[in-house]
Amino acid sequence: MESKVFHHALTIRQDVCIGCSHCMRVCPTEALRVKNGKAELYENKCIDCGECFRVCPTNAIIIEQDDFSKIYNYNYRVALVPSILTGQFSDEITASAVASILLKLGFNEVVEVETSIELLKEEINSYIADKSHSKPVISSFCPAIVRLIQVKFPSLVENIMLLKPPLDITSLYIKKKLQEQGISDNQIGIFYITPCAAKIAAIKSPVGEDKSEVAGVINMNLVYNKVLKSLVQLSETEKGLSSRKDCLIDSSLIWSLTNGEASQVKGRSLAIDGVYNIVEFLEKLENEEISDIDFLELRACDESCAGGVLTTGNRFLTVERLHKRVEANKNLKNFGNRILDYRNFLKSRVHIGEIRPRSMMKLDEDMAKAMKKMERSNRLMCFLPGIDCGSCGAPSCQALAEDIVQGKAAISHCIFLQKTMEQTRKLHPDHSFRIMEKIWGKDRFEKNCNKIDKSKRFH
Amino acid sequence: MAMHFEYKIEGGDFTRAGNASSQVKRTLKQLNVDPKVIKRVVVALYEGEVNIVAHAYHGEIHIDIDTEKIKLALIDQGPGIPNIEQAMEMGFSTATPEVREMGFGAGMGLPNIKKNSDKFRIESEVGVGTKLYIEVYINQ
Repeated sequence: MESKVFHHALTIRQDVCIGCSHCMRVCPTEALRVKNGKAELYENKCIDCGECFRVCPTNAIIIEQDDFSKIYNYNYRVALVPSILTGQFSDEITASAVASILLKLGFNEVVEVETSIELLKEEINSYIADKSHSKPVISSFCPAIVRLIQVKFPSLVENIMLLKPPLDITSLYIKKKLQEQGISDNQIGIFYITPCAAKIAAIKSPVGEDKSEVAGVINMNLVYNKVLKSLVQLSETEKGLSSRKDCLIDSSLIWSLTNGEASQVKGRSLAIDGVYNIVEFLEKLENEEISDIDFLELRACDESCAGGVLTTGNRFLTVERLHKRVEANKNLKNFGNRILDYRNFLKSRVHIGEIRPRSMMKLDEDMAKAMKKMERSNRLMCFLPGIDCGSCGAPSCQALAEDIVQGKAAISHCIFLQKTMEQTRKLHPDHSFRIMEKIWGKDRFEKNCNKIDKSKRFH
Repeated sequence: MAMHFEYKIEGGDFTRAGNASSQVKRTLKQLNVDPKVIKRVVVALYEGEVNIVAHAYHGEIHIDIDTEKIKLALIDQGPGIPNIEQAMEMGFSTATPEVREMGFGAGMGLPNIKKNSDKFRIESEVGVGTKLYIEVYINQ
């Protein structure tokens, strides 16, 4: 069964949105429209990639997170931290210093997400070696990509690797370890510090899993501020600690960077980052124009998680810092990570259930009806100007045509057709003006030198 | 209810090979056709497209879609196939080394098309061209 409602981490604040259409133009799945002067989200199409969040000039798109104080609902609080958090800060702020600060902020323990990579790597290699799995195996690491494939490339859903991402495996490990120490399940609160919206959506409504072990999500930009603020109170000795035993030191650290997975699994692997690059590649893969690849690492953000929408540090510097961290510790033994002691327990729990396609491209469930709609939409395309100006509130002429045949828009929304209709006196200029006001809001038509600046007060 | 599409293919233009299959793929997705069926159509069509580009001078692709099946007709003007039986064997190829270097011509084309179709017919006349008729059923 395809469910109709999906949890999205992204919401549009109607009171702040000025309907400027920046988000609509960058959405890789054409999930946004402008109506009544505000951006509107087609929920079934959204993959939570966060591209809209990046371009919004008024910060009207917000990424929901749990209130920081929620951590105190639990007696034992674990901060689950992706390694790129430590890459956000300048070189003199070490991973251990960041961990110390998180402890000061109220956590009892800090665990890096990449703790489970050692185990996951083994699992991925045997997954790829299994001949019954469709090749190329597509990594399940990036939740935005899993969703992209579900909605846009349904025939490739069977290629998605049915193994849990590191975040979930590490959570399982933390819970098991703490329970063995006598801490009961409901006392443990694992809080994930997220670099992006897609991970939040994956935790709040997992694909192929029943529920997540993670109790809450805190956005990385919030933690970034808190860490920098607390830094002044940290003693010099705490700052100077180069490597604590519970900080990772091996190449697991670069897993979330571009080529982090592809360079560490066996077989012919390819790493691609950037959602548009991935769409281009998957189009070809779907035609079977590309073959003989064993493993695909696909990440929605440029420079993968280092370029996550909630990161603050420059993504290229983050990448450099993490490589340096691996390099600096390459002669040390990784004595802190005990995850392989739990190999058998975790091995039986790393698999995820079936992932189903939920194509958003279909014009109708019923094929005969879909054909009628397509014919109509093709006819409409003969009249639309084909310049994708977006003045109708849809991202392209094709998107408008498809909206019209699905009853979500009208042909008179096109400014070119309005002109034609005015010339042949089928549409009164007053009426066409009202149509544009309805799409873009009355404010768009008023003289105002600060159309964008006005809303900057929300920054 | 039926839909018809036509595409013209130029021999030797590898840069555009795959255009027809990509467009047909988009159409079939919009028509809510089962992804598995789409995959078979697209793979067969892409192989056929590449065959025309690699071997023929020029060709046409006709696509008919109704609620029961997808019919493809790939008709080219080209050298034709002297021995169809041999051409249908896995791994048999007449492609030039240059074509192989580009990643085409592994001798998988025709057998792969047949494998992905429910109905498959090939007619070829040496010095005239080749006609390929393929049907893929939507509900099995």
